[in-house]
Amino acid sequence: MGKTAVSKRKQPEGRKKSFWERLKYDMKRNWPLCVMFLPVLIYYIIFSYTPMYGILLAFKDYKVKKGILGSPWVGFEHFERFFSGYNFWGLMKNTLGISVYSLAVGFPIAIIFAIMLHYLTMNKLKKTVQMVSYAPYFISTVVICGMLSIFMDPVNGVFNTVRNLLGMESVGFLGVPGWFKSIYVWSGVWQGMGWSAIIYISSLAGVDYEMHEAAIIDGATKLQRIRHIDLPTIQPTIIMLLIMNLGNLMSVGFEKVYLLQNDLNFATSDIISTYVYRVGLVNSDFGYSTAVGLFNTLINLLILVTANTVARKATGESLW
Amino acid sequence: MVKRKKHRILSNSPSDRLFDIFNIAVMIVLLFIFVWPLWFVVIASFSDPYAVWAGKVLLWPVDFTLKGYQELVKYRAIWIGYRNTIFYTVAGTLINMIMTVLCAYPLSRKDWMLRNFFMKMCLITMYFNGGLIPTYLVLRRLHMINTVWAMMIPCALAFSNVLIVRSYFINSIPGELFEAANMDGAGPFQYLFKVVIPLSKPVMAVVCLYYAVAHWNDYYTALIYISNRELVPLQTVLREVLMSAASIAESMHNASESAAMLMQQKQELAQSLKYTSIIAGIVPMMIAYPFVQKYFVKGVMVGAIKG
Repeated sequence: MGKTAVSKRKQPEGRKKSFWERLKYDMKRNWPLCVMFLPVLIYYIIFSYTPMYGILLAFKDYKVKKGILGSPWVGFEHFERFFSGYNFWGLMKNTLGISVYSLAVGFPIAIIFAIMLHYLTMNKLKKTVQMVSYAPYFISTVVICGMLSIFMDPVNGVFNTVRNLLGMESVGFLGVPGWFKSIYVWSGVWQGMGWSAIIYISSLAGVDYEMHEAAIIDGATKLQRIRHIDLPTIQPTIIMLLIMNLGNLMSVGFEKVYLLQNDLNFATSDIISTYVYRVGLVNSDFGYSTAVGLFNTLINLLILVTANTVARKATGESLW
Repeated sequence: MVKRKKHRILSNSPSDRLFDIFNIAVMIVLLFIFVWPLWFVVIASFSDPYAVWAGKVLLWPVDFTLKGYQELVKYRAIWIGYRNTIFYTVAGTLINMIMTVLCAYPLSRKDWMLRNFFMKMCLITMYFNGGLIPTYLVLRRLHMINTVWAMMIPCALAFSNVLIVRSYFINSIPGELFEAANMDGAGPFQYLFKVVIPLSKPVMAVVCLYYAVAHWNDYYTALIYISNRELVPLQTVLREVLMSAASIAESMHNASESAAMLMQQKQELAQSLKYTSIIAGIVPMMIAYPFVQKYFVKGVMVGAIKG
């Protein structure tokens, strides 16, 4: 085939080629790559970029018959309605409350768990705990919520059994607004802590052991070694994951909140994504729902960019 | 000393001893917290519903019975759900894998001029999307609502998985192989299918598992796009079973005597179905889990390498 000859002549002789010339040349040589990528390109155009164009809905009064383009513009009316709505601050408070709470609890716990596991002296126990700890991650949200309602049953749930043993009264956990966030967050910790710890465990394994040997000879205790050797070494990993988590601050998992939500705990369990679903698909208020969803995405993006910039300035570590 | 396992080296200071003992204690408690809820569901599914209801079942099955499983076998909706979910998982994962390779391989080729442009195009979709309604409208326009395609096509590609595969292609497949294949006259397609993919089995396994688990556990997609009873996945059926048990229990509290009798029967059925249906939902995963869990870990590590 002549292909080998072509790839050998990669270097252009003499003058610099223009962009279009280079593109033409590249197309000739790498056309199979373009063919391979074509289905992906079509997929992204249809399922990611066409919906992005659909965001126009947020500024329109959508009429099914007229389509997206034909519907009349309403400017920022949907946004104004959302911001001045009776439940705007409630939604914001619930959404941010749940995500900040889970970040504040789940994030450090994963790190602590990884370090403790790393320093565990019984190898068999270590392997068992590790293997068992990430099993819950693969259980579906539906099953998790079903299990929660079993364990939190007001009559015979195990949590109430324990409460009764301690002399406290039974609580219908899932029906009390005040419990919702804690249930959401701590069941999330149970489900995700082993999984989130994996990445720290692998970066802890990469810590240069000579440093530890030197520290041991100098008489450092394990806690001192953790504080002065391990934590500084895994700091870049920690910061990267923190930025990524911050970028998802406003995207609390819809599924789990939706599944745990009921009329009784509605005051604390209604978040932006469940609201978008309700007004959009249940009430068919398409334009308004799109506007609320867009607001959510933009805040997320803003937090991500801010977190990334701050992290880069402060520590030199960043996602991009 | 060098040959010894690193963390076996114990220093003898009292504070370290204390640390170790505390650590072991915490881990044993954690082990219990991780295992017991799952264990409870298993033993409750084999126990008499009344014993479970009365809170007698704690560590072992009480009044061993298979009644719950008999009810499960008779419950038609579960089987429809199972059939659909197996189909969605197998076909969906196949589509996912094809798309992922087709996306990851070109993006791993440094000599492709369009690479950076398309890379950016894909990355944008990770952080920004049209949202619920615009996506729904696109699917409606394509007449995908209430079809099996809605369960598999909109989620045909997860870019985070593409990044894992791509960084494996870049970091673990030696570039000389490409030169060699080129010399032998193998085209890019041949090179991809005969050289790259066979060499990437570990990462393929990982990503395949990620996709399969996602399909198996998917509830959201069906909630939004599927209302046809013949097409709903297992998770939707599970949700109904679990909810009906709860709602019957609630209405029992404030029902009259005669109605309560009838409800008690319903309640019994719902109670015994509750645990067995959870088992039905997680058992395929739990069987596969010990064999595949080492791959999951590998996947996180591969994904952590910046491409």
